[in-house]
Amino acid sequence: MLIKKLAPALAALALALPVLAHAHEGPSLPAAGNDIRNEASLQRGARNFMNYCSGCHSAKYIRYNRMAADLHIGEAELKQNLMFTSEKPADPIISSMPAADAKKWFGVVPPDLSLIARSRGTAYLSAFLHSFYRDPSRPTGVNNVMLPGTAMPHVLSTLQGVQTAVFKTEDGKSEFEKFELTDKGSLTPAQYDEFVRDTVNFLEYVGEPVQTSRQDLGIWVMLFLLLFGTFSYMLYKEYWRDVH
Amino acid sequence: MGNDNHAKTPAPGLWGWINARFPLDTMLKEHVTEYYAPKNFNYWYVFGVLSLVVLVIQLVSGIFLTMNYKPAAADAFASVEYIMRDVEWGWLIRYMHSTGASAFFIVVYLHMFRALMYGSYRAPRELLWIFGMLIYLCLMAEAFMGYLLPWGNMSYWGAQVIVSLFGTIPVIGDSLSEWIKGDYFISDITLNRFFALHVIAIPLILVFLVVAHILALHEVGSNNPDGVEIKKHKDAQGRPLDGVAFHPYMTVKDLWGISVFLLVYCGIIFFAPTFGGLFLESPNFDPANPMQTPPHIAPVWYFTPFYAMLRAVPSFAGTQVWGVLVMFGAIALLFFLPWLDKSPVKSIRYKGPLTKIALALFAISFVVLAYCGMKPPSPTLLLASRVFTIVYFAFFLLMPWYSRIDAVKSVPERVTYHAH
Repeated sequence: MLIKKLAPALAALALALPVLAHAHEGPSLPAAGNDIRNEASLQRGARNFMNYCSGCHSAKYIRYNRMAADLHIGEAELKQNLMFTSEKPADPIISSMPAADAKKWFGVVPPDLSLIARSRGTAYLSAFLHSFYRDPSRPTGVNNVMLPGTAMPHVLSTLQGVQTAVFKTEDGKSEFEKFELTDKGSLTPAQYDEFVRDTVNFLEYVGEPVQTSRQDLGIWVMLFLLLFGTFSYMLYKEYWRDVH
Repeated sequence: MGNDNHAKTPAPGLWGWINARFPLDTMLKEHVTEYYAPKNFNYWYVFGVLSLVVLVIQLVSGIFLTMNYKPAAADAFASVEYIMRDVEWGWLIRYMHSTGASAFFIVVYLHMFRALMYGSYRAPRELLWIFGMLIYLCLMAEAFMGYLLPWGNMSYWGAQVIVSLFGTIPVIGDSLSEWIKGDYFISDITLNRFFALHVIAIPLILVFLVVAHILALHEVGSNNPDGVEIKKHKDAQGRPLDGVAFHPYMTVKDLWGISVFLLVYCGIIFFAPTFGGLFLESPNFDPANPMQTPPHIAPVWYFTPFYAMLRAVPSFAGTQVWGVLVMFGAIALLFFLPWLDKSPVKSIRYKGPLTKIALALFAISFVVLAYCGMKPPSPTLLLASRVFTIVYFAFFLLMPWYSRIDAVKSVPERVTYHAH
């Protein structure tokens, strides 16, 4: 009887089956391990982004002051530490590199990073920033396993150092096996991991600044609907006592 | 009570003043307080009212989105992000609308499956069913055109694929797809016209059809899980013995159903608005780029069963049109359901094992095809798509045969109902 009563809900779940199956597939990259609620990490990520990314990449859908407000960074601190151009706090984060020059120098205009965490996923970004390796055949001297032939130079090489990629040949096909750190950078591998984690965390925040407040509000909405549902169920049962 | 209301002297006050000039009281009675619905409705019967709830959510959230959205190729993508970030509560309005689109199809598919189970399409409800199918067609057009508006890369390439389907039609195909796009490719012009169709033309038809659907329902009366006509047994006042007044009995029951729906719907909005990349696909967070396709183009989940059928059919005699025909045929067949079902009984409760197996296989084929349509093509999925496309069609095409020979149980005179 209960099964029969639950049938519509079960049917709705059946409709969701392919959805769930879909969600659990895709390339299995290790999770970025970032925590969107760790404000210190987000602040460090903002510092990393402004110092290492924003020279070439814009995040044009977020404003400096929105970021400062969300991450609890004071205006003086913002201007002193995170704003390097003549923009005002209410301006969006736009790279100072002219697109025409970028095209001339790199062959492509570096993509805007506002939504990169939403379109590629944090696991991909983390893997990408870990996957540069020395490749003298490239104009930048480096290549990337996640995005072969990328035009992006390894801007973090002073921090990470330079890796060499080891490929194994199987059935005539060359396949990536592992990295070896040949030149040490200023950060230890563990520190570099944290650097990447903070940066990816910041990019996830930039992708959807409202994310945490959305979830916080959602809990109240759920609680309200549970209460509302309880009363509407009682009302329904009360009325239907008359139906014989 | 009630029926001789017109003959009375008008009631005093504003209520009387209005009713002397407009049949408000009569309409309320006919459609709400004195519309009798079968008391043996189970929870499958909640999806009709939920469709109405989602329709209202979509209309209202859509109006607010329109206030901030810019239907131009150069501005559309940025205006959606402006809504998500700078407009007060814009993110909520947008997630309500994007989740609402998927919710609409979930409740409508369950609503249709309910009709399949209990024979709600059978005489005298054929026209009711056809209005419903027309609503479903409108919904698909509405969803397809709405999906282009964010001008993301999946929007762009999804539209490209679907419009190119029309291009496979012999002779007129190329000019037809050009006519739809208003250009030689998906462009600013296409976006503009899809916006016009999405925000006014189709919603207008949709609302009109919903009214027709409800009027037809109230004319013939609701079917129920037993598939018996409650109008056959009436009391002295002409009220069906097995019916309960829509208000307050069905309204309070629906309110409970709506609160469960809202719990799930808001759960998705607040905690998983992209729903694992299914309700909002990740490539759509990249702006439309005519020079670069997403890694894998698939329509949104609610179209994938039909997309799988499209891919399952090989090209033949130098044209792809066969797959397109199969895809549209899969939808067209639903229209003929009232005349394909030859069973002497309506409800699955009194039908035999053949029908039950057929219906189960049909449901399975729909879910499997949905899955196949989401994935990049592979030999296994191609085989599965072909097998289940055949199962899907067999459900309809063999129905006149199996529904006639199938064993049936005797149908009770009155509905089965256990009091609370």
